[in-house]
Amino acid sequence: MAGANKKLPLWAEAGLLPTLNLLAAFLVSGLVIWGLGEDPFLALSLLVDGAFGFQEAIGYTFYYATNFVFTGLAVSVAYHAGLFNIGGEGQAMLGGLGLTLAVFLVGDTSPFLAIGLAILGAAVFGAAWAFIPAWLQAKRGSHIVITTIMFNFIASALLAYLLVGPLQRPGGQMPESADFPAGVGLVHAHDLLAMMGMEFEQSPLNVSALIALACTFAVWFMLTRTRFGYELRVVGKNHSAARFAGIPVARMTIVAMMLSGALAGMMGLNEILGEQLRLIGNFTLGYGFVGIAVAFMGRNHPVGIVLAAILFGALYQGGAELAFEMPNITRDLIVMIQGLVILFAGAMEHLFRDPIERLFMRFRAREAA
Amino acid sequence: MDQPFAIETRGLSKHFGDVRANDELSLIIPKGTVHGIVGENGAGKSTLLKMLFGFYRPDGGDILVRGEVVRFQNPMEAMGKGIGMVHQHFMLVEPFTILENIILGSEGGADLNAAKAKAREDLKELEEKFGFDLPFDEPVERLSVGVRQRAEILKALYRGAETLILDEPTAVLTPQETEQLFGLVRQLKAQGKTVLFVTHKLNEIMAVTDDVTVMRAGKVVAVRKTNETSAAELAELMVGAKVAREAARAETGEHKVRLSLNGVYASGDRGHTALTDISLEVHDGEVLGVAGVAGNGQTELLEVITGLRRLARGRIWYDGAVIADEKTTTDPITLRRMGVAHVAEDRLKTGVVESMSARENAILGYQREADFSRRGLLKLKEIAKRAAGYFESQDVRPRNPNLPISSFSGGNQQKLVIAREISRAPQLMIIGQPTRGVDIGAVTKIHDQITELRNAGKAILVVSADLDELLAISDRIAVMCEGEIVGTLKVEDSDEQTLGLMMAGEKRNAG
Repeated sequence: MAGANKKLPLWAEAGLLPTLNLLAAFLVSGLVIWGLGEDPFLALSLLVDGAFGFQEAIGYTFYYATNFVFTGLAVSVAYHAGLFNIGGEGQAMLGGLGLTLAVFLVGDTSPFLAIGLAILGAAVFGAAWAFIPAWLQAKRGSHIVITTIMFNFIASALLAYLLVGPLQRPGGQMPESADFPAGVGLVHAHDLLAMMGMEFEQSPLNVSALIALACTFAVWFMLTRTRFGYELRVVGKNHSAARFAGIPVARMTIVAMMLSGALAGMMGLNEILGEQLRLIGNFTLGYGFVGIAVAFMGRNHPVGIVLAAILFGALYQGGAELAFEMPNITRDLIVMIQGLVILFAGAMEHLFRDPIERLFMRFRAREAA
Repeated sequence: MDQPFAIETRGLSKHFGDVRANDELSLIIPKGTVHGIVGENGAGKSTLLKMLFGFYRPDGGDILVRGEVVRFQNPMEAMGKGIGMVHQHFMLVEPFTILENIILGSEGGADLNAAKAKAREDLKELEEKFGFDLPFDEPVERLSVGVRQRAEILKALYRGAETLILDEPTAVLTPQETEQLFGLVRQLKAQGKTVLFVTHKLNEIMAVTDDVTVMRAGKVVAVRKTNETSAAELAELMVGAKVAREAARAETGEHKVRLSLNGVYASGDRGHTALTDISLEVHDGEVLGVAGVAGNGQTELLEVITGLRRLARGRIWYDGAVIADEKTTTDPITLRRMGVAHVAEDRLKTGVVESMSARENAILGYQREADFSRRGLLKLKEIAKRAAGYFESQDVRPRNPNLPISSFSGGNQQKLVIAREISRAPQLMIIGQPTRGVDIGAVTKIHDQITELRNAGKAILVVSADLDELLAISDRIAVMCEGEIVGTLKVEDSDEQTLGLMMAGEKRNAG
């Protein structure tokens, strides 16, 4: 029965495979750490402790994870429509710009309005930045992988220009904008918990984590429960069948990319409106790219993306702690560990997938016999 | 060496899942002959070639090369036994010169210049023997398709090929290049080489081969001496008798015109003129069959009627209203609402989304109807109920709408597709290849269903590559050749012979 029932059961697909990929990445990382003369098990425990061991660490882990949820969802919405959006980085930058402009537009007249408009601005600017490559793909056939990556550079240059030009803090030397008016910013988790009478150490974790969860639910709902999501998935799987079903492929391509861009743009909420409270150059720090790994590791399923985002958040936060604690382990080595996770979860996925699929086929054949 | 057979196969079989791509093929190809293999798309020609050339391993049976049983593990071993293949899509590195391409993979050492010099010497001999005249030092990308093909052939000969397999060699050639190729094939034969010429173009078989094997549905259905057969006979054999069966057709009398095409022209995907001056009518209570060898405009005909392809000229009426002309097309959703249902010709490419579940496929094309979605939300319960209903009414197995559609057999997929398309009581059914890839049991059921719809007064247009199918279910049969309708016959006046001749381009008009 070649090819007929090649799919793995859900628990293997969503649990076993990612775990194996992760273990392989940790194994190789452990060997490197061992080679550097450090104890890999100690390193692992430092990493885990640094990510989850105390309240501040947890706050940071989830703060980073929030970024990855936004960018991971962005990649996956495009992916479900058959598009590979690697422009999350640029779309996030534009999102940050959009929300900054909204904040300065409203000024200190009404913080509430400013925040509302800022959220909208982040989404709209991110979407608009994705619209251009999407339109070029849909109408002109310019490949979206090429155009979105080029748009990352354009976005970076645009932000650099604005932050040393019109938007620069008056009298400032750094590539950053003036501070947002007082009271315009998203509430921090520790403040929120304090309001409810709970004590929590300070961390940058803020309300955008909840916005990210709301987006996760919205994406799941959209994909599985709405006609739009159905049509989007049909386009992603088979253009010919989409045309047969009367779905306008070009329009769907554009809309899906704009949704993807909006999600990436909302990453700016966490970084800019949640923590920095001013626009700074290159605040995206590669989160847009990591979103690709998050989406793939999470199997492009919203729940998987949240879990993968937490994993990457933990790697970021725990890695920073580890680099701090172990003199031989530098920041670069942490990047390498993250790289290994991406490598095993993404590029070398078939290393484990194929043998496991074969194993399952053999089991099934035996059951059938 | 005095074994007379270049290649022989005995009971050669290859299965893919339940599909018998090659079923007990036995053929004999004598040395020094040009042997044609014809068959429709999907008849199993490519599978056979891939086994002969070591891409696939047979599930059963033997291949013999010059009387010796061989078990190729890969194409290298096939080449080692003197089998060369020229693929439909050339395997040349475009920026490399012809010479570089020819020695690619057999350079025999690190010194490329020495290898080139040696190859140039060796090739001179081959060139003279077979009358090649190739610009060895030109990069391939600058050369015409015909020259590239000759380079491929020379490459195979250089590797010591005694038997050359040409897979659809003329698909990309101009008529002049085709003539040249035929000249080369004759030259090869004169020098004692064996040529396996695979095509679905009958005139080429007639022009260049000594013997011809006709394949259908994975089997050899006939072997003929070329000079003792005719294009018409081959056409008939190709499409062949599957189930000769008279459906119970009720008298429906004269009815109004449901669909009519008037002087329709359209371009194909490659920009060529695919439809030329097509005019036809389909009445209520009638099945109009459209016959023809694949690739003669039938696909484009289905597409213009179902709103998937623009017209270049002409007009299409449905129920007295224009649904398409050179300026407008009606989109598929509107057409479905008007009562036009479409069973797509290429089920897996167009009719279903392979990786989606059967349940999700059950609403494809109807996802915007009020039954299945309201205010943008899918009615999941309703959809599940409907899908389950289709499974029940059509006896689709296994009875699990949550499985991906790709895990159902072709017949069960098609039953589901038909259930979907008749669910809204369409007035006009446009059906492409109703039973392609469908098991015999389901064929009968599908034919009965088409006849029932006809008896209920629906208008039906069926495009099929299977003549017996058309003879069994149609009231009239239109025959297409090279984008034109060469004639339309009443089914009473049609037989396979006449239709075969018309499919080869002979004009007829009656009925």
